[in-house]
Amino acid sequence: MSDYNFAYLDEQTKRMIRRAILKGLAIPGYQVPFASREMPMPYGWGTGGVQVSAAVLTPDDTFKVIDQGADDTTNAVSIRRFFQKTAGVAVTEATAEASVIQTRHRIPEQDLRADQILVYQVPIPEPLRFLEPSEVETRKMHALEEYGLMHVKLYEDISQHGDIATAYAYPVKVEGRYVMDPSPIPKFDNPKLEMAGIQLFGAGREQRIYAIPPYTQVVSLDFDDYPFQPTKADHACDLCGAEESYLDELIMDDAGGRMFMCSDTDYCATRRKQGHVGAQGVPYKEDAA
Amino acid sequence: MRPLLQVENIAKFYGARIGCTDVSFDLYPGEVMGIVGESGSGKSTLLNCLAGHLTPDHGAVRFDTRAEGLRDTITMSEPERRMLGRTDWAFVHQHARDGLRMNVSAGGNVGERLMAVNARHYGDIRAEAIDWLGRVEITEDRIDDRPTAFSGGMQQRLQIARNLVTGPRLVFMDEPTGGLDVSVQARLLDLLRGLVREMNLSAIIVTHDLAVVRLLADRLMVMKDGHVIETGLTDQVLDDPQHAYTQLLVSSVLQV
Repeated sequence: MSDYNFAYLDEQTKRMIRRAILKGLAIPGYQVPFASREMPMPYGWGTGGVQVSAAVLTPDDTFKVIDQGADDTTNAVSIRRFFQKTAGVAVTEATAEASVIQTRHRIPEQDLRADQILVYQVPIPEPLRFLEPSEVETRKMHALEEYGLMHVKLYEDISQHGDIATAYAYPVKVEGRYVMDPSPIPKFDNPKLEMAGIQLFGAGREQRIYAIPPYTQVVSLDFDDYPFQPTKADHACDLCGAEESYLDELIMDDAGGRMFMCSDTDYCATRRKQGHVGAQGVPYKEDAA
Repeated sequence: MRPLLQVENIAKFYGARIGCTDVSFDLYPGEVMGIVGESGSGKSTLLNCLAGHLTPDHGAVRFDTRAEGLRDTITMSEPERRMLGRTDWAFVHQHARDGLRMNVSAGGNVGERLMAVNARHYGDIRAEAIDWLGRVEITEDRIDDRPTAFSGGMQQRLQIARNLVTGPRLVFMDEPTGGLDVSVQARLLDLLRGLVREMNLSAIIVTHDLAVVRLLADRLMVMKDGHVIETGLTDQVLDDPQHAYTQLLVSSVLQV
């Protein structure tokens, strides 16, 4: 513990990142450049999110990490251990108990409170990138609010697939101004972007931080005749029976056996503890895992 | 009658070298102006200065805006200029791939300008795109193909459709028929002539092909070494060239 400065990064770096976060909060949806540091993990594993978490963590915080909704995947476990070791903060898997939640590609099913911070790991922060390769040009487009191109992408979706097929990283307009990439969360989660908690987005390789302050208006882009629709698998969770949560599909064997289950493991486990049982589930036992 | 575009003493230098200098003219609604000259004579520099792609070192380019009448497009703010660029102005590049998004379908290419001015109804955008593809003789079943699957002539026609869909009043064209074979050129010219008349477009066409200006342009401006050396009605300049260089240019055209 004493071998590291609190939360790994040095104080000057954290200060620089906090400045970027404050600017991001002041201009919702605007991508603030920051001097991203080398972290002891590869790009694409959440270097941006980790730096933002390091800058906002205090010794009193309780930290939770989720990866595609799950608390027990490699990425989630290693980042959680990283801050356990370098910051000595308490960690939890329960959404309600956490004060800082770092997430990759999901928003927890349970509503967040005003005293909670959600930190996203972002691979490519620029929503216009795949249509306009030039950074100079995309910055100009953001500055001048020229967002017609974003609809070209949705147009292409409809013309090719008959519907808006973009299922994740669905572009949103924040507070009527900046078009933002909400990181690769499923579009099912887009309505949850309007929440009580603070949302911070960190892209390490691309060196950008952006933010959505609490209760900020976030509108998913769409066409008048093809309105935005959050989608999920048309099933209930096979473990806990939840009908409103986002589901993962699991192939069970090579004979067509499959199972749908909540991608949010904490949500699912909590429901099972409360006695809910899905179609293929068994009653919850404390030592089952 | 009020001119649509008023160009006054435009000059652009590249260091000590002259790009173009002392260019002044008025363009009236519905008028097509040709700019001819050899390679390096400054005609593309001039066109880019007029269209706002380059900032000239001197002079004024006044455009008759819908809202506020004549405005100097060089001193107006960038958002305003870019707004003009996607509404009242159109720019047709010599190489279609400079003016098209090659990884977006034909329909998306035509629809982009509509969406840029806040069209948000897919069905309407699509109908408009189909209408415009028809006008430039691209069949409806090609609407979801990417321009990479199109021939050079079709790409050029698609670029024209994409530019004209918002009903611009002024079109800048940089060698619109360059790199196309003669029969495709002829069809394209036919099409352009029809559209210009039908929509009462004003256009500035830069080319080194005298046949193109003979067909399309009402007026002609001949450039050499960055200067305008001769101006006049197209037929007058081509049939009775006064300046030695223009005489050379006219007599250089191969007769078959």
